Amino acid sequence: MNFVVTHFNYLAVIVLMMTGLYVLFATGNLIKRMIGLALFQTSTALLYISLGKVAGGTAAIKIYPDSPEAQALAAQLDPAYVAQFGVSGVVYSNPLPHVLILTAIVVGVATLAVGLSIAVRIREAYGTIEADEIEAVRAREPGE
Amino acid sequence: MTVGELLILLALGLPLFAALVTFAVGRMPDVRETLMLVACIALCIITMSIFVRAGAGDPPEMMIAQPMAGLEFAFRIEPLGALFGVMASVLWAINSLFSIGYMRGKREPSQTRFYMCFSLAMFGVMGIAMAANLFTLFVFYEILTLATYPLVTHKGDAAARRAGRIYLGTLVGASVVLFVPGIIGVASIAGSTTFTPGGLLPGGTDPAIGNMLLLLLVFGAAKAALIPLHGWLPAAMVAPAPVSALLHAVAVVKAGVFTILKVSAYIFGPELITALPAATWVLWVAAATIVIASLVALSKDDLKARLAWSTVGQLAYISSAAMLPFATGLAAGGMHMVVHAVAKITLFMCAGAIYVATGVTRVSQMAGAGRRMPVVFTLFLIASLSLIGLPPTAGMWSKLLLVNASFGSGEWATAAAMIASSLLSIGYLLPVAFRALFAPPTSLAPDFVRPGGTPGPALVAAILTGIGCIGLFTGAEYIADYLEPLGAITLLETAP
Amino acid sequence: MTLFEAIYVTPPALTAQAPILVVAGPLIGASAAALSPGARTAWMVSVLTAAFALWMSVAVVTEVAREGVVDYALGGFAPPLGIALRIDALGATLALLIASVGLLGALYSGHALSSEVYPGKHGLFQAGYLLCLAGFLGLVFTGDAFNAFVFLEVSSIGTYALVAVGEARDRRALPAAFNYLIFGTVGATFYVLGVGFLYGATGTLNLVDMSVRLAALGDNFAVQAGLAFIVAGLGVKAAIFPLHGWLPGAYAGAPSLVSVFLAATATKSAIYLIVRFVFDVFPTGGFGQTFLALIVAPLAAAAAIVCSVQAIFEKEVRRILAFSSVAQVGFIMLGISLATTGGLSAGVFYLVAHALMKGALFMGVGALAISVKARTVEEFYGLGREAPWSAAAFAVGAASLAGVPLTMGFLAKWSLIAGALEAGALWVVATLAVGSLLTLVYVGRLLEAMFFRAPLPGATRAHEAPFGVLVPLLVMAGLSVWFGVDSSLPESLSRASATGLIGSAR
Repeated sequence: MNFVVTHFNYLAVIVLMMTGLYVLFATGNLIKRMIGLALFQTSTALLYISLGKVAGGTAAIKIYPDSPEAQALAAQLDPAYVAQFGVSGVVYSNPLPHVLILTAIVVGVATLAVGLSIAVRIREAYGTIEADEIEAVRAREPGE
Repeated sequence: MTVGELLILLALGLPLFAALVTFAVGRMPDVRETLMLVACIALCIITMSIFVRAGAGDPPEMMIAQPMAGLEFAFRIEPLGALFGVMASVLWAINSLFSIGYMRGKREPSQTRFYMCFSLAMFGVMGIAMAANLFTLFVFYEILTLATYPLVTHKGDAAARRAGRIYLGTLVGASVVLFVPGIIGVASIAGSTTFTPGGLLPGGTDPAIGNMLLLLLVFGAAKAALIPLHGWLPAAMVAPAPVSALLHAVAVVKAGVFTILKVSAYIFGPELITALPAATWVLWVAAATIVIASLVALSKDDLKARLAWSTVGQLAYISSAAMLPFATGLAAGGMHMVVHAVAKITLFMCAGAIYVATGVTRVSQMAGAGRRMPVVFTLFLIASLSLIGLPPTAGMWSKLLLVNASFGSGEWATAAAMIASSLLSIGYLLPVAFRALFAPPTSLAPDFVRPGGTPGPALVAAILTGIGCIGLFTGAEYIADYLEPLGAITLLETAP
Repeated sequence: MTLFEAIYVTPPALTAQAPILVVAGPLIGASAAALSPGARTAWMVSVLTAAFALWMSVAVVTEVAREGVVDYALGGFAPPLGIALRIDALGATLALLIASVGLLGALYSGHALSSEVYPGKHGLFQAGYLLCLAGFLGLVFTGDAFNAFVFLEVSSIGTYALVAVGEARDRRALPAAFNYLIFGTVGATFYVLGVGFLYGATGTLNLVDMSVRLAALGDNFAVQAGLAFIVAGLGVKAAIFPLHGWLPGAYAGAPSLVSVFLAATATKSAIYLIVRFVFDVFPTGGFGQTFLALIVAPLAAAAAIVCSVQAIFEKEVRRILAFSSVAQVGFIMLGISLATTGGLSAGVFYLVAHALMKGALFMGVGALAISVKARTVEEFYGLGREAPWSAAAFAVGAASLAGVPLTMGFLAKWSLIAGALEAGALWVVATLAVGSLLTLVYVGRLLEAMFFRAPLPGATRAHEAPFGVLVPLLVMAGLSVWFGVDSSLPESLSRASATGLIGSAR
């Protein structure tokens, strides 16, 4: 039970990822496939973000140590944690994963855009966005 | 550029030139064929001068390119190659004469393509003869395969196409799957593939690897038609007679055994060959091939098929020779290569001449035909004698040397197979000529389908090679002497 | 290298910035092409940009030849904090290959596009093309695992769109492109996931830094899972059997230029990244090589056989070439998975050889398709007589594919088999021999159709392709022959790549 609690974020990632993959491969509808793909990509984003989380850490935005916010944040820290790692003042989460995932989200959106526009073109060319109906149309074409 | 390099370029260039000219003036048969004959004769002169230079200890050599370290595209002539070159070019010239007679006599279609491929095949043969290393030899070996493919499928019907597929499939398949890994194996052990007198592979080569390489290279050279890679040769008999005559009695099949001889002499060398068990395995396969092929030949009624199976057996003689210990084997093999070539081309030309004149292909239909065509069947008889190994023909000497070499190296099975096959060849060759010449004339004797019988040029060509069969009887010693650098010994010493 | 040094003089200011210019040039060119008013302008932008990229690549290659490894810190921030480009012999080889194919392809696109791309879309097409070029070049230059992902996706998104453009000729390009997008994105996401594992374990994304920390880390399940995800994800992009499902449709449907570019660069740069991770980032003799030997090598062998057989029974010429590509990727991966200097260098050499020969083949198909809409092998009957130059160039590519001596393909097979013998992997030798034989069968079928068969009755007569198409095609085919006669340039580059990788990890 303890394992589940400490690895809660990974479990969420796995559930999300499997859901995405299932949608991706179980449906014949091209739009739904794109949704599955987006879900799948989001799960990795979640993985990265949770990797960068530091216990008690706040968003990686510079706060002056003397400001009241900083003191409030420092007061929230677990004393055992402070003792173990010798941190003092404000603890930040690792900002790098956020930056990476920002990039990955941009990439994901671009992929989604291209995928959806191809789906639009498929609708124009074949009159459907169901994979099996496209197959049926193709099977009737000469040379197949 | 040295004289040697010039000779090499000419020997390669003339067949290419012939191919180009044939293509360019294809619409004018007379010009086309005159130019081709000129090229043939010029090539003979070139190969003979190369032959003389190589014999005088001044072998021409030339380096063209080096695509990779240890991989050279280069030429260097040694005695065996010089002999092969002369044999092929002289027989090409004679066969061109025959082709002209045959193709005109039969009014065959697409003669231009036919002659062009023929010349390209000779280009391949010249390259094989002069190659300085296994890689170069392989390149020309494949050129020869590809150039002869359109000749095999010349008829263009379904049967020819099927035969072509067997032909290309067996030859190229064996090259790719067996020969190329063999070459690469040699290169990765020795660092190059150059033919080196005494053997390229170091004496201490691991026997397991040596065995593997020997088997890869011997069976990879599928043109040598050792069973079970012999199937392409009978299949290739769908080709017109001049193709069978030159390519499947001389150029292609001899390229195969020539490769095996070279591999034995210059890649493995005498010591390694005697030490390798695989050499004995090859000898057994060859002995089996000799006997089986002779038996099958006996059962064939179609003359060309009978000759093809006889070729399979005779090639195995030479493959055996390559596997026998050095001193006696290689010279005998080299000599048999020439002697068999001259005899077999004569037989095929006779078969072609009979076919053009009478349209008959089966032995059983030829009884009494000798009265119509005495010259042709006499030539057939002479060549048969040479193939069997009876005097006064050249075949006697080479068979003597071969059997002697087998006994000398204690290979009783090989010797027995050779003797048995000679007896069998009496059975499948002599009756053809005898029944044609001496059987009482019957109403079944075939009539001429072509007025005038055999075309003149074809007859002249067959007469020339027929004379060769007898001429080599006296000239055999010269060949043996010439091959002496290979480790040959003179005829006098081997005579029992 | 002397050849390039002789023809090449770059201002020092450019040389110093060459690594980033190689990537930035095409990116800027892509925007310019998208904005250009007409097809002609877009084409000129594309050619100039590609030429510039090649020029800068040559500068980088000469620099690598001198220095061994070129490090370039973006914006002057030193790695591992800053983002770095790091170019070694392997990256330089790939860059030279990609930029050369890129320039030839750009030249080729002048006439070839007209029959395959809707008029009015040329500017956007060229933009996509340059975007891909930038992505591939960036991928082989970057020294950062996450940057590699970004470049991978920049190029991939470009190729998805480019494949879909093939709709103008064949509407099957659309489902193929969609399929490719799904497969490709799943692969890329796997890659990100794997990189995430490695990042979690090492705390760095810089490849050099990562390799140092991984060596200190020793065996670690998270790291191994990370590598498995990376290889599987890149395996999709590299079309490693059985992850190649997207490839035949995409190659067959895409415009010829795109097939050329994909075959020559897309799968190759993914293979590059696999090699980079397994040999450079992961310690020598460690899990990476075990993974290659136990999982990838058998799959590669299966690809070499199975896909060659599929190619034999395929009816459409482009699909034959596509299945052949999968099989050839198998050959390359077999060489690489030997994990010896000989095997790796042979694999890289084969990679270059295959890029050039497949480039020539697809360009040839495209050149023939300009005048005649030939798709199946039957429709290719007799084209050898009607368009002799294009057909001859196609035949050279085919000869190289079959491994005819004096073409680069022969030397590639040669060094691969020699490498396998050296490593004592006889089963690899046997697989290569059988695979080569199968290759001969389908190549023979194509050549027989083109040169030895009469055209089908009623078939449209083909014309020779225009000059602007023929020149790059003949150059591409000529390269296969040139390097088949004198392989010193690719040979020295691939050897340097192999020693650099195996040496650097030791």
